[in-house]
Amino acid sequence: MCLGIPGQIVAVADAEAMLCVVDVSGVRRTVDVVCVAEPGAPLDDLVGAWVLVHVGFAMSRIDEEEAAATLKVLSEIGEAAAEMEALTQGSVELLSTPR
Amino acid sequence: MRFVDEFRDPALASALVKEIGAIAARLERGRDKPFAIMEVCGGHTHAIFRYGLEGLLPDLVEFVHGPGCPVCVLPMGRVDDCVDIAERPEVIFTTFGDAMRVPGSKKSLLQAKADGADVRMVYSPLDALTLAKRNPDREVVFFGLGFETTMPSTALTVQRALREGVTNFSLFCNHITIIPTLRALLEQPDLGIDGFIGPGHVSMVIGTAPYRFIAEEFGRPLVVSGFEPIDLLQSLLMVLRQIEAGQARIENQYARVVPEHGNPAALRAVQEVYEPRETFEWRGLGSIAGSGVRLTAPYAAFDAEKRFSVPDIKVADPAQCRCGEVLTGAAKPWACPEFGKGCTPETPLGALMVSSEGSCAAYYQYGGIRGEAA
Amino acid sequence: MNISTAIPVAPPAAARRRPLTQKIVTLAHGGGGSAMRDLIDDVFLSAFSGAGRAAPEDQARFDLAALMARGDRLAFTTDGFVVDPLFFPGGDIGKLAVCGTVNDLAVGGAKPVALSCAIIIEEGLEVETLRRVVHSMAETAHAAGVDIATGDTKVVARGACDKLFITTTGIGVIRAGLDVGVTKARPGDRVIVNGLLGDHGAAILNARGDLALETAIASDCAPLNGLIDTLIAAAPGLRMMRDATRGGIAAVVNELAEASKVGVRLDELSLPMRPEVMGFCEILGLDPLYLANEGKILAVVPAGETEAALAALRAHPLGREAAVIGEVTSERPGRVVMRTRFGGERIVDMLVGDQLPRIC
Repeated sequence: MCLGIPGQIVAVADAEAMLCVVDVSGVRRTVDVVCVAEPGAPLDDLVGAWVLVHVGFAMSRIDEEEAAATLKVLSEIGEAAAEMEALTQGSVELLSTPR
Repeated sequence: MRFVDEFRDPALASALVKEIGAIAARLERGRDKPFAIMEVCGGHTHAIFRYGLEGLLPDLVEFVHGPGCPVCVLPMGRVDDCVDIAERPEVIFTTFGDAMRVPGSKKSLLQAKADGADVRMVYSPLDALTLAKRNPDREVVFFGLGFETTMPSTALTVQRALREGVTNFSLFCNHITIIPTLRALLEQPDLGIDGFIGPGHVSMVIGTAPYRFIAEEFGRPLVVSGFEPIDLLQSLLMVLRQIEAGQARIENQYARVVPEHGNPAALRAVQEVYEPRETFEWRGLGSIAGSGVRLTAPYAAFDAEKRFSVPDIKVADPAQCRCGEVLTGAAKPWACPEFGKGCTPETPLGALMVSSEGSCAAYYQYGGIRGEAA
Repeated sequence: MNISTAIPVAPPAAARRRPLTQKIVTLAHGGGGSAMRDLIDDVFLSAFSGAGRAAPEDQARFDLAALMARGDRLAFTTDGFVVDPLFFPGGDIGKLAVCGTVNDLAVGGAKPVALSCAIIIEEGLEVETLRRVVHSMAETAHAAGVDIATGDTKVVARGACDKLFITTTGIGVIRAGLDVGVTKARPGDRVIVNGLLGDHGAAILNARGDLALETAIASDCAPLNGLIDTLIAAAPGLRMMRDATRGGIAAVVNELAEASKVGVRLDELSLPMRPEVMGFCEILGLDPLYLANEGKILAVVPAGETEAALAALRAHPLGREAAVIGEVTSERPGRVVMRTRFGGERIVDMLVGDQLPRIC
């Protein structure tokens, strides 16, 4: 349920109406930023921020530190798997490497 | 694409699959049936099929595809109500694309459009509001559906309409909430679900606390997950690790998007604009207490149900459908006698064939590989 | 030999040109009287060059000997074009109407020779709009090296059609000895496309404006007969070609699997796609495999000719991003399977109806 996609806020479209322009891989759309704006802070502060966009609304600011932390955990799992691989040489490769 | 590509890395997938396989091998002793992990959210179901994740899992672990597709669980009677509103000459009926093909007892919105109703697909409720401003002599109705993820967007649009004095806009509210639904599911006596993958985008709105009862009262682990394949595999691994350790906790794999306490501005809008209905009917599951919402008194002027006095038709699901069993993990789609025969994506009988996120449609369209072998 | 001048119809009649003064097309322009004559003279005949020009006859005429010198079979195809909006980034209905039929001929191994063009106009259409469309048809036909040799115009009452519908029919000559077809794929063959997928579908969906998205994605609409000439020369063992229009690459691959009674395994990582198209699809929940293309062919070649075919395609301006996207197999005949980026597998079926944007 609920398709959402990360995009980067690139401009303020209408500060009074709380609308900003978000860019997803070169595709742009005006979105409502009420849910991600800091109360009282100018909307310009949002430019450059990454947000999760759902049906024309920026619903969450993407936390870059948390993303990095998740990736770090993942890379540790990856390293552990590689070590295991080295220990049990000759084990069946589950996946073929993509061309 | 940033925050997307990193979570589609095949090398990471390989490592996660190995780790999942290792846990499964350790858990295998004394186990005669697979661990059934339910992904609640239709978006997760879609990703599982799109990336072929099922084929990567060991035999001892399987996904059960849950009720989290708001399009699939929309009862036929509500679609009939939509058609009734849409066919009024003064109305421009706006909807997300998903809802266009959902069959009512007589026709879908797509068929109503073909019959002359002014039905328009929009990407955002904001676009429906814009349409209302551009067509002051028409009544623009937006078909609000979806779980807590989508509720803030329609609530904020209704608030915007009030602020801007747009009076020819209204909302046909069919929003449903996931928490009462999960409780109803868990209260089933023969539930064969060992753990849950929690809906990431619902959680970015409501936070992670509302799931606690799942661990505390029902002893099942839940991991809130992102939507990329690596997210799903990591979440599955986290659920299995809890099972191995004999734990049941609520964890958050999707912390880059989901704050612990959700989104205060979104929750505020939802609380102001919506209140629970006593009960709401789900296709395939029947009525679930407290699972639907309607507009609150201050926003009643924007309630399409009041504005158009909809017939509120009740239509029973076809008796031969086994959607309920599939939804609760008691049966696989291909165990249903109608699957792929009387019930196909072209002519869906049951809820789960309606949208590409329904597990039957997903198996029919994408999967089938395990099903064919079975 | 330039066939378009070598196969004339009747000699050009003395032009009786009268410039059209009305700004919009009315029912009178379809009435068969002088108003219609003026419309045809001023809008069509001034744009369409070649064999059909000012021919007073009811049909274009072709010299059979000249056609037979070019090949041994006649290819014949027709297609109707209805597109909303009429003009979109990268093209318009006129360009589409010429490319569509030229490409349908060319993928059969035919050299396109001539097209007919039947236009149905809704009364009230601006003459200027019609002029732009006709000019675009003429320009595209010239680029593709075909004549628009005959045509017809009808005007219908408001509401009886949507602005402008075009039907083009084409004939072409198939090279002697060349036999390509959708039943001819064999296990081991490679599946190739000539470039980035999904541009047309995304451009049209976006051009309708309902989605309020801004993007620079333009339609890939182009006549492919030149590109196909180079492919045929480079890969003489070519099995089949299809243009991947409605239903996208998924529809064509499914047709091929079914008709040839083979399996096809696509490789997700090798599908060439523009980042903007991927972004567009992510936002709207669309699957790019089902997006229409108007300048893309899918070709199946024997494995041994893969490199030569790729090199030939990439040397052509319309094939720079050509790629091998899959392989013909003997597994599960009639089925298309895609290896996802993880080595997972999913079935790629045809779509039931149109692909609709989704939110959930």
